[in-house]
Amino acid sequence: MAIFSLNINGKKQEVDVDPSTPMLWVLRDHLNLVGTKYGCGIAACGACTIHLGDVAMRSCQLPVSQVGNQSITTIEGLSENGDHPVQKAWIEHDVAQCGYCQAGQIMNAAALLKSNPKPTDAEIESAMNGNICRCATYLRIRAAVRTAASS
Amino acid sequence: MNTDKTISRRSFLKVSALAGGGMMLSFSWLAGCNPTADEVLTLPKEWFELNSYIKIGENGVITLMAPNPEFGSNVKTSLPMMLAEELDVDWKNVIVEQADFFPDRFQRQFTGGSQAMNSAWKPLRTAGATARQMLVNTAAQTWQVPAGEITTEGGFLYHKAGNKKAGYGEMASKAAGQLVPKDVPLKKLSDFKIIGSSKKNVDGHAIVTGKPLFTLDYKQEGMLIAMIAHPPAFGLKVASVDDAEARSMPGIKDVFVIKTLADDYERNGFDTTSFPELVAIVGNTTWEVMNAKKALKVSWEKAAETSVVVQGWGDKQTVKIPAGLESTDTHRTSMAEMAKKPGKVLRKDGDPEAAFKKAAKVIERTYTAPFLAHNAMEPVNCFAHVTADKAELVAPIQAPEFIQKTLAARLGMPKEKIKIRLARMGGGFGQRAYGHHLVEAAVISQKLNAPVKLVYSREDDMTYGIYRPTYTATYKAALDENNNLIAYQVKAGGIPEGPLGYSQNRFPAGAVDNYLAEEWSQNSNITIGAFRAPRSNFLGGAEQSFLDEVAETAGKDPIEFRLELLERAKNKPVGKENDYDADRYAGVLELVRDKSNWKQVNNGVHRGVSAYFCHNTYVAEVIDLSVKDNKPVVEKVFAAVDCGVVVNPDAAANMGEGGIIDGIGNALYGEMTFLDGVPQKNNFNTYRLIRNSEAPKAIEVHFVKSEKDPTGLGEPLFPPIFAALANALYKATGTRQYSQPFQAITKKPLG
Repeated sequence: MAIFSLNINGKKQEVDVDPSTPMLWVLRDHLNLVGTKYGCGIAACGACTIHLGDVAMRSCQLPVSQVGNQSITTIEGLSENGDHPVQKAWIEHDVAQCGYCQAGQIMNAAALLKSNPKPTDAEIESAMNGNICRCATYLRIRAAVRTAASS
Repeated sequence: MNTDKTISRRSFLKVSALAGGGMMLSFSWLAGCNPTADEVLTLPKEWFELNSYIKIGENGVITLMAPNPEFGSNVKTSLPMMLAEELDVDWKNVIVEQADFFPDRFQRQFTGGSQAMNSAWKPLRTAGATARQMLVNTAAQTWQVPAGEITTEGGFLYHKAGNKKAGYGEMASKAAGQLVPKDVPLKKLSDFKIIGSSKKNVDGHAIVTGKPLFTLDYKQEGMLIAMIAHPPAFGLKVASVDDAEARSMPGIKDVFVIKTLADDYERNGFDTTSFPELVAIVGNTTWEVMNAKKALKVSWEKAAETSVVVQGWGDKQTVKIPAGLESTDTHRTSMAEMAKKPGKVLRKDGDPEAAFKKAAKVIERTYTAPFLAHNAMEPVNCFAHVTADKAELVAPIQAPEFIQKTLAARLGMPKEKIKIRLARMGGGFGQRAYGHHLVEAAVISQKLNAPVKLVYSREDDMTYGIYRPTYTATYKAALDENNNLIAYQVKAGGIPEGPLGYSQNRFPAGAVDNYLAEEWSQNSNITIGAFRAPRSNFLGGAEQSFLDEVAETAGKDPIEFRLELLERAKNKPVGKENDYDADRYAGVLELVRDKSNWKQVNNGVHRGVSAYFCHNTYVAEVIDLSVKDNKPVVEKVFAAVDCGVVVNPDAAANMGEGGIIDGIGNALYGEMTFLDGVPQKNNFNTYRLIRNSEAPKAIEVHFVKSEKDPTGLGEPLFPPIFAALANALYKATGTRQYSQPFQAITKKPLG
């Protein structure tokens, strides 16, 4: 066990955990930030996507010991009131079915638009390809990303 | 399900005012999801319950209960829309709350079989209309005017002649003491304001902001985390456990073997359990328990053949679970052998044998499909807190009623003492109808006398079983010299269940003079369960691929060929048991023909069509396929759907899009195989699911305008797409698809 000081959603947080603990479980079990979802544990589904700095990361494969001073943003910290353009577009297109993967999808889309504010359709499909939606809401995900990009 | 079932009177017996100041009205049961300060200010101090489904606050705020477990089919939004419509309230002022499992108050709290809309249509509208009538009667007494002169709109009561107006909240306390009126009329469809207009997911904001909605998000003071280790192969069981290292690891509380069902327990149809003996590892946090599980050393041994008694929908059956370690190769061999033997005849019309003898052309084709894993995104999990006198569970569960009985038997307490909260499910697809995880969590909690959340790893979830069965079907058709279909037969089977049992009276039965349907099955120790459109998810694809080939052999357009058969089924049906409406079936084919402009195919586009009727909804689908870099690209899908009244149109389209893409994905990639009992895939790096770039470029879902009672959409768009894709692939490649997944074929050059 070791104490880590983390910068999460603009707040300093301390946790005392094994250094190998993935950020996914630090967030979910230790910091009560359960919006970040467990889907596969091997970075194959994208449900656990967070931002490390401005970059989308699979938190299930990110040991807490590797975070250091980098800032972390989770779905809970993406916006103050759920009004990030991507979140608004997700509501506008009523994307979700079961909803379980959508936090990861949104975090991935938000990171995409930060680095590429006007992606082409092909760039959207390619960037979102790592995020599985078992309900298969892919068409609405694409449409919502396009809407967010144009807002 | 009986569509005419009237609302249970029982649910109206309890009509009482609730003192509600401290009443929970959070949008979730979790602390992280409390109402905002603004929301708290608008919350009523007093709540009055008009019936099980409707509570009205003294300030007019209205809470509607969503009775069914939500797994993504939108029942949490669409069912309360029915209540709101007849109650005559403004949808934007309504709060929707997920009901706990409470069979005395709510009917059919079951999500599955695409039956929610149909089952709820009359009861929920009646609940809304009856509550509205109680408010009207109260206003009539208060204002001393005839009830017939009172109108309602948007949560207000009016007596226009007397210039009187009151909010529902002002009348709610007195209305709650009213006698429940009987035989309250329902609105005319043409008067609907909410039903038929798109309403967004009531959990939409909570979903996009990451609020805790799912069981896996649930927490309680003192809660421990449990995982299970199950045998790595079907046909194995626990022999011994060396837990010395695991127990010594940080955060670990206990390791023990649990038995979830007694040997002589008489199971119900949803008590499927692959491994009744499991090793439980319990500790403080998920990561600690995951690590301890890796350090656990379990010896496994071969399980002997066993028998279990199952009381399912039909007769009580003794089901043999064979010993042995099964493999996909041996399954294929044995299925081919079984297919050669006569099956159990499910339906026979005319004299198929004689018709095949005199046929001008005979066409025979065999189709196969593998086991499939459900792969809901939220892995299996369950919270349980079992004490000496009661059990509380929070669970992703489609069928709480069945598992409550199982829990009662296993825990040794009356079912009234077992409370099940219905969390939003991160997918279900049929798998979450089987509540083994509730029993496992409850048994672990009972042993530890502590609140426990059981968490399956993805690998546990994918290798546990309860798969879609593997199937095969051989179809045979006879054409006369004028290319009329004179005989049709199907022999289908599967491991461990055949696909035909409920479908022998489906089209084209009734449209062919000589018809034969036979079925067989072979036992297995690999467990199976309902998977989105059970049985139809294979039959729809196989039958509709076969009919495409028969139409081609007959030299007919595939849509016209089907319409001719449906015309026959309508005008001169063969047999009396045919379970489809030929007009509605033809209606979706005609609609998809028109919407897709069927005869006008763009250059470089290859088209396939398919139509199927299951779960009370008629669907026809057309796929437009192109070929790029030797890979098929689904350019567009047109779907025509007859599901009666469309309650929530945009959500209905969303459901349709999901079913279509899921079907394309499973047709191209879905497969679970076995070697010596071991599932050969255990996570998403090996089990391929369709991804964003592989989904169609566009989907149009068109609904037949209808005033018939609504039917469901979770399943019916799924089965036919397999065939539409196969038929389009044939146009693109010249090769027919007989075996799912189609992936192997599409690796070859196309175009």
